[in-house]
Amino acid sequence: MSGANNRLAVFPTRMTLSVMKQKLKGAQTGHSLLKRKSEALTKRFRDIVKKIDEAKRLMGKVMQVASFSLAEVTYITGDIGYQVQESVKNAQFRVRAKQENVSGVMLPVFESYQEGANANELTGLGRGGQQVQKCKDTYIKAVETLVELASLQTAFVILDEVIKLTNRRVNAIEHIIIPRYENTITHIISELDEQDREEFFRLKKVQGKKKEAAARDTLERESRQATEGTARKSEAQDAGTKSAESAESAESVESAAVAEPSLAEPGDLLGDEDEDVIY
Amino acid sequence: MAQPERTFMAAIGDEDSITGLLLAGIGHIDSHQKKNFLVVDAKTPLSTVEDAFQEFAKRKDIAIILINQHIAEEIRSLIDEHDQAFPTILEIPSKDHPYDPEKDSVLKRVRRLFGE
Repeated sequence: MSGANNRLAVFPTRMTLSVMKQKLKGAQTGHSLLKRKSEALTKRFRDIVKKIDEAKRLMGKVMQVASFSLAEVTYITGDIGYQVQESVKNAQFRVRAKQENVSGVMLPVFESYQEGANANELTGLGRGGQQVQKCKDTYIKAVETLVELASLQTAFVILDEVIKLTNRRVNAIEHIIIPRYENTITHIISELDEQDREEFFRLKKVQGKKKEAAARDTLERESRQATEGTARKSEAQDAGTKSAESAESAESVESAAVAEPSLAEPGDLLGDEDEDVIY
Repeated sequence: MAQPERTFMAAIGDEDSITGLLLAGIGHIDSHQKKNFLVVDAKTPLSTVEDAFQEFAKRKDIAIILINQHIAEEIRSLIDEHDQAFPTILEIPSKDHPYDPEKDSVLKRVRRLFGE
């Protein structure tokens, strides 16, 4: 059974027990927090997926319009492909990534901006300049749509990864960490109970031995008193000093009897414990 | 996470698509005379396209790669392998090839995730 083995190797003490209980509590809190995070992310993820789907379809249309306007340009100006390609120097249309925070996950949002001069100012100077300009504007709009779509797509990829990670953590806590702490706690409790029982048994045993010793002691004293009683009759003059002596000796015998079982016990106890306690 | 140095867009496509995108002003030639776009026609060998794609994917200054869908179709395995968030690969339709959402790598993933 894996459940019984799945626990931390700790020494069963009361302090470890309270530490484990705290850890279990922490794990449960973390689990519920992570679960909520994962839910929030999934919600966002579904939104994004829906938007991507729409944006992709929109992109199809926008690109169609843009191609059409390029076809118009080609019709009026002739092929401007080479001219445009050769006049490329620095990018005028650039993007920068901003960040958006969704429950602790940084999602990039691309933002387009224009920089520098128009490299194609003179394209179509002879004829069709207006068309070229129009086509350029259409394409700029199209690319803006593309940039938007790209940020959605990046968010999609990142969110996908983060959701997987979060779910893995949630599952790990739920199925491994929490059961492990629970097992450890039950193990510690059962060990502590076992120790309690042993301790109780030991005390009982000590008490029993004490009683035995006390009984033996009284028997001895009675028999001695009986013999002394006969002696006292013969030696009546020494009675005062003798009785004081006998009281003293009885006391010392008793204290020896009290000390005896506790001296004898540890050996027994250790023998007992070695069998039962499994570490 | 922030990618402030990624400011360019790269493009791989047929001549018309590239012309349009360059008109919009995405074209850039850096100090090593490297272009951020590739014109693909019927004569362009596949290895050139693959090399260009891998180079764009490795470059640190490119945020988005635009690629015509019919060209993406030819290097599909490379695109499917690309699992980084940056640069983002975007498949765009071309004049001769209308956009087919069924083939898009990202949309494929979307569908797989939702089990459709």
